[in-house]
Amino acid sequence: MAQIPSAEARAGLKLISPTAIYVILLLAVPLATVLIYSVLTGSRGSVLLPITGENYAELWSRPVYGYIMLKSLLVALTVTFITVMLAYPVAYFVSFHVKPERKSLWLFLITIPFWTSYIIRVSLWFVILGYDGVVDSTLMSLGFMDTQLNIASYSILSIIIVLAHAYAPFAVLPIFVSLEKVDRSLLEAGQDLGESRWSTFLRVTLPLSMPGVIAAALIVFIPTVGDYVTPELVGDGKEPMIANLIETQLLKLANFAQGSAFAVASMLMVGIVSVVFVLLNRRFIGGQK
Amino acid sequence: MKNAPFLRSYTLFYLLFLYGPILLLPIFAFNDSRVVAFPLQGFTTQWFAEMAADQNLRNAAKNSLIIALSVASISTILGIFAARASVRYRFPGKGPILGMVMLPLVLPEMIVAMALLVVLLSIGIPLSLFTVILGQVLICTPFAVAILTSAFQSLDRSLEEAALDLGETPLSTFRLIVLPLVMPGIMASFLICFTISFDEFIIANFLGSGQPILSVYIFGQFRFPAKVPSMLALGTVLVLFSIILLGFAEYMRRRGIAKAGGKDSGGFL
Repeated sequence: MAQIPSAEARAGLKLISPTAIYVILLLAVPLATVLIYSVLTGSRGSVLLPITGENYAELWSRPVYGYIMLKSLLVALTVTFITVMLAYPVAYFVSFHVKPERKSLWLFLITIPFWTSYIIRVSLWFVILGYDGVVDSTLMSLGFMDTQLNIASYSILSIIIVLAHAYAPFAVLPIFVSLEKVDRSLLEAGQDLGESRWSTFLRVTLPLSMPGVIAAALIVFIPTVGDYVTPELVGDGKEPMIANLIETQLLKLANFAQGSAFAVASMLMVGIVSVVFVLLNRRFIGGQK
Repeated sequence: MKNAPFLRSYTLFYLLFLYGPILLLPIFAFNDSRVVAFPLQGFTTQWFAEMAADQNLRNAAKNSLIIALSVASISTILGIFAARASVRYRFPGKGPILGMVMLPLVLPEMIVAMALLVVLLSIGIPLSLFTVILGQVLICTPFAVAILTSAFQSLDRSLEEAALDLGETPLSTFRLIVLPLVMPGIMASFLICFTISFDEFIIANFLGSGQPILSVYIFGQFRFPAKVPSMLALGTVLVLFSIILLGFAEYMRRRGIAKAGGKDSGGFL
């Protein structure tokens, strides 16, 4: 079935065109529009010429924007760190200590909670963390303390706990995949050469699974930094993050230009952090040679 | 396999942490008190009755069903085109096009929603269930492409070639050979897109302009403490519903791998 390249190229392009046209019209064009709006002059509900850097200057000059971006960044990084640290041993266990035919069952068990209504899961954390909740009533009945902790009243802490729970399965899967690819004979070689199991792990398994760790970090970081529901429900809207601010600008204030500038700035921030993650990974792999 | 008692117990604790909130759902859904807190007050099915009698809830569920069915169908069809093209052909611009299709996976959902919303508002398209479908398809298509790409990859090219040699047209080969073999992948993609759409909140909220949609309705109800128990009853029903759907999707996925003669490498995506 030898095909000349141009015929193959035409067939491929024709086949992918419905999907391509869809994403160009509904994703590429809107993203480009946001980019253009961010340098236009805003008026309520629309945008006007001339081109201006005013919106970005506004972002820079008002500390509240910087504060919210920094807060979202720190919350997301903390959540990412916790999630990946908690997930690694689980992925390791499933990859190294579970019989091959049972592995997909374990993964299935880990992913099920993720597929159940996010909003309901978030709200249930009230029951666990809140006044008279599971944590407080258990600790009090065991006699560890005599006043309520009421963790839910600490907005940022509860946002972190809820997000770390919500994105846990996302972290397990990529780490598991990279651990599966680790050549088991390398581990035997390491131990034959006199390394302890712990140092074999540190010097062979961990570096080889780093791409999975980085992938996990990215997969957790990106949706957490842009999360809308959790700050709204758990934080009671008192601790807005990026997504909540974009909503305020674009919908409540109908300031398309300013909202677009903020959206572009947050995309830039997410992009920069992602690139740093990827570079770290590259450096890590390079360092092994 | 070596035994690792510490790792094993850690993993079990981790599962308990993951399942904690979901295990509480049925407990409080059957608890005879409007206040969702311990100690438990006794058994009741009152919240399920309240949930079933809620007319707004039924409307919202109907709308969500319409949206999720449309989104799952459209995303899966778009996914078939993209996955088939990417597995089977080499063509210019393949990288950028596929990158664009998969972009929503690495973009905060709020950005996708807002970019689309700004354009819709600027050209004056009224928000409706239809605009929600448009937006959610963007979010679901990457999942469909990921699942279907692996389905098409495990397909043996020689089967197709044999059919063509035996005088079938490309179209009838696709219908008679390719389609039946990737059918389990198509079903899995449909079910997963359906589940994602059904649970999706941000696009439903911002592109739906206050239409009753299940996730938006639930979000609103949690602001009224008196409504919480019946929402937990609803949550219990939804959890059961998605476990059944996902079990089915997983079954289809495994059958697909077995059919194509591959080995199960585990995992959904």
